[in-house]
Amino acid sequence: MATLNINGKRVQTDAPDDTPLLWVLRDYLDMTGTKFGCGMALCGACTVHIDGKPARSCVTPIASILKKKITTIESIGATKAGKAVQAAWTAESVPQCGYCQSGQVMAATALLASKSNPTDADIDAAMSGNICRCATYNRIRAAIKRAAKELA
Amino acid sequence: MITNESRRDFLKGSGALLLGLHLPQALAQGPGKTAEDHLVLHKPFAPNAFVRIAPDNTVTVIVKHLEMGQGTYTGLPTLVAEELDADWSQIRAEGAPADAKLYNNLFWGAAQGTGGSTALANSYEQLRKAGAAARAMLVAAAAEKWQVPAKEITVSNGLVVYKNKKLSFGQLASEAAKQPVPAEVQLKDPKDFKLIGKALRRTDAHAKSTGTARFTQDVKLPGMMTAVALHPPRFGAKLKGFDASKAKEVKGVVDVVSFSTPTRDGVAVLAKDYWTAKKGRDALTAEWDESNAFKLSSSELMDQYKKLAATQGVSAKKEGDADKALAGAAKVLEAAYEFPFLAHASMEPMNCVVSLQPRGESANCEIWNGEQFQTIDQMAVAQTLGLKPEQVKLNQLYAGGSFGRRANPASDYLVEAAAIAKAAGGKYPVKLVWGREDDMRAGWYRPMYYHVLKAGLDGEGNLVAWKHVIVGQSILTGTAFEAMLVKDGVDGTSVEGAANLPYAIPNLAVELHSPKVGVPVQWWRSVGSTHTAFATECFLDEVAHAAGKDPYQLRRSLLSGHPRHLAALDTAVKNAGWGKVKKGHAQGLAVHESFNTVVAQVVELSKNKSGLKIEKVTCAVNCGVVVNSNVVAMQMESGIGYGLSAALTGAITLKDGMVEQSNFHDYQPVRMSQMPRIEVIIVRSSEKPTGVGEPSTPVIAPALANAILALGGKPMRALPLSTQGVTFA
Repeated sequence: MATLNINGKRVQTDAPDDTPLLWVLRDYLDMTGTKFGCGMALCGACTVHIDGKPARSCVTPIASILKKKITTIESIGATKAGKAVQAAWTAESVPQCGYCQSGQVMAATALLASKSNPTDADIDAAMSGNICRCATYNRIRAAIKRAAKELA
Repeated sequence: MITNESRRDFLKGSGALLLGLHLPQALAQGPGKTAEDHLVLHKPFAPNAFVRIAPDNTVTVIVKHLEMGQGTYTGLPTLVAEELDADWSQIRAEGAPADAKLYNNLFWGAAQGTGGSTALANSYEQLRKAGAAARAMLVAAAAEKWQVPAKEITVSNGLVVYKNKKLSFGQLASEAAKQPVPAEVQLKDPKDFKLIGKALRRTDAHAKSTGTARFTQDVKLPGMMTAVALHPPRFGAKLKGFDASKAKEVKGVVDVVSFSTPTRDGVAVLAKDYWTAKKGRDALTAEWDESNAFKLSSSELMDQYKKLAATQGVSAKKEGDADKALAGAAKVLEAAYEFPFLAHASMEPMNCVVSLQPRGESANCEIWNGEQFQTIDQMAVAQTLGLKPEQVKLNQLYAGGSFGRRANPASDYLVEAAAIAKAAGGKYPVKLVWGREDDMRAGWYRPMYYHVLKAGLDGEGNLVAWKHVIVGQSILTGTAFEAMLVKDGVDGTSVEGAANLPYAIPNLAVELHSPKVGVPVQWWRSVGSTHTAFATECFLDEVAHAAGKDPYQLRRSLLSGHPRHLAALDTAVKNAGWGKVKKGHAQGLAVHESFNTVVAQVVELSKNKSGLKIEKVTCAVNCGVVVNSNVVAMQMESGIGYGLSAALTGAITLKDGMVEQSNFHDYQPVRMSQMPRIEVIIVRSSEKPTGVGEPSTPVIAPALANAILALGGKPMRALPLSTQGVTFA
């Protein structure tokens, strides 16, 4: 039985130690906001924060993060930055199919935590690990800038 | 079929996937249920199958089309809200159940389904009428309550008003439900539209920004098992035997079952969670009978196509005598174009949840899926399970992309899920989950194609002959669509965009070869136009260069009979500042009609030490009346990004019949840093709305290739461009 710190709560799971966090969230804890896209850290759909840094939960075995703070899309809206990012996402009409957007929101929130006024190059660097097949990238860029202004 | 029909009708008949002949009688009836039936189902006020008004003042619009990103849950509710005079904030969207009698696609006859960029176009009057009927009943209820003449009552922003009296829809709902459903309704004059044409907020934006939108992948039922499947290494291989002992040693594996469907055989491992089932699947070993499997490599297949192209094909279009005109031309140009297989690679890999009660009087099956092909899927699943189509209940969910994939002509992944649930004996609900590799290697690709084009110019450089030979698999042959849409050996989807070439050329011939190949193929966002637009628009630029003409002016001179093309072309060129770029930059353009919508794009390109850079894409779209300008712009941007992925690096290649790509490292979609700046301009129009989900996709690759040519590069004659020695910064 492993104990994880997810969204400020201690959570117990009987998932085997090698199970990636993604599947513990989705299949054991019924937290389905974090998405499965590739299983190889290539698309970013499964992005969560581990100790505040963006991480790909599909390749993160739970045994490696027992003492860490995990934040998911389910609680990011409770933070000031997360709320601003989500509001900007709606205002800029970002989502289309929406499947990648949990990961995009998590990546964008982490970016704004490290850089309050990101340049285009900062956005390229921080967000190019997150694939959107609907290609909503230009609106994601606009939404990040909108959220940055909102938070300034 | 093609020569005798207008272009508009031709496109309806080909790209729009018309369907109708092969439906069982039970599903092939017209709209049937009365409003009373729905009152019983949906108290308190549901005047028809599309609108439900609750006492809490929410208006729920039942959307008959899948929301896969293209905006149906916004566009269709806008139509209802407009005629209802609702306030946009009170509108909710809900997916319709499978019921072809109520929710058929009006462009597809008696079938329910989404595709061919038809969702909004076929619903345009139907949903406006649904909203108008609800409004009339609310007004009648208010008139009765207040004892005033109905015609003196006004409705706006969700309020029913007479002088100083005012009631919300919710307050009137129960009384409105008692009013007779009007037989006829008056629709608004478009000049009075308040919501249609605005950039309204999407109904799904908040849920999709907060992780609360529900996809198939998110469904969990009591006792449900996740199935992860082992698929054959080559298309057409049959399962000879398998060893499940190692899989069963994985702690948590509940069962291992084999299955055989018309599309593929396989073995599935069942467990409570994906990770356990995947470990079990990876521990399986299986033996395959590959005697009838497809074993060629892409290069060998392309060699066969090249040989075929040199032989006589089936005529898909003949005007004048192209061969004779070419023989007599002052100058003849020739070019050949190559296109690879393409995977759809939606972000949500294919998946499906099946709950099965296999036996007895109450035998039935319930499915949860991002449903794009309700009627076909019901029939295919019913056949797999020995049920009647109406015993297959479909629950609609958001789809994490599709780009055509979830509208599978063989319902392949649904049938696979049903076969696994059956093999497991119906003991528990089953969620089939494909990993990315499973999804990418499962086939049903955009077919590989080879094109040869010849153009004849007279002494003054005028285009007098055009011959276009296309080689590639038919998508429709062998599907329910074949009888309707494959005529005289010509699959309309193989030649759309080529056989209806808009340019005025006196001698035009299009010929088709449709070899049978053992790789399953299907439509991929914009279908035939994915290859015909590139071949025709790139070749036309080669003609312009050879004749010393400006590509824009050449197109203008050949499009005089096509005002919609001209409007889009002129708009794009004007906004892009055609011919006015700074030194070291160059522009390329392309214009193409698909699904009755015309899109023109201008790509501005520059070059530095590390490669080419797309400075900007200017995109003009002519799609009739605009219902939501924001959604139109989003779809143009999305189509450009999707088309650009295929243009730059997209290719599924086969080596001895095995798919070489597996995940996003070797099948690379465009990422944030590669996405160009895009300006979308919508051409003003009062014509009926036409589709926007697909038509921008096919235009970007030729516009980009033409910009490369204009920048002094060689003509681009194969996709992806990464195979042509082109690198991007």
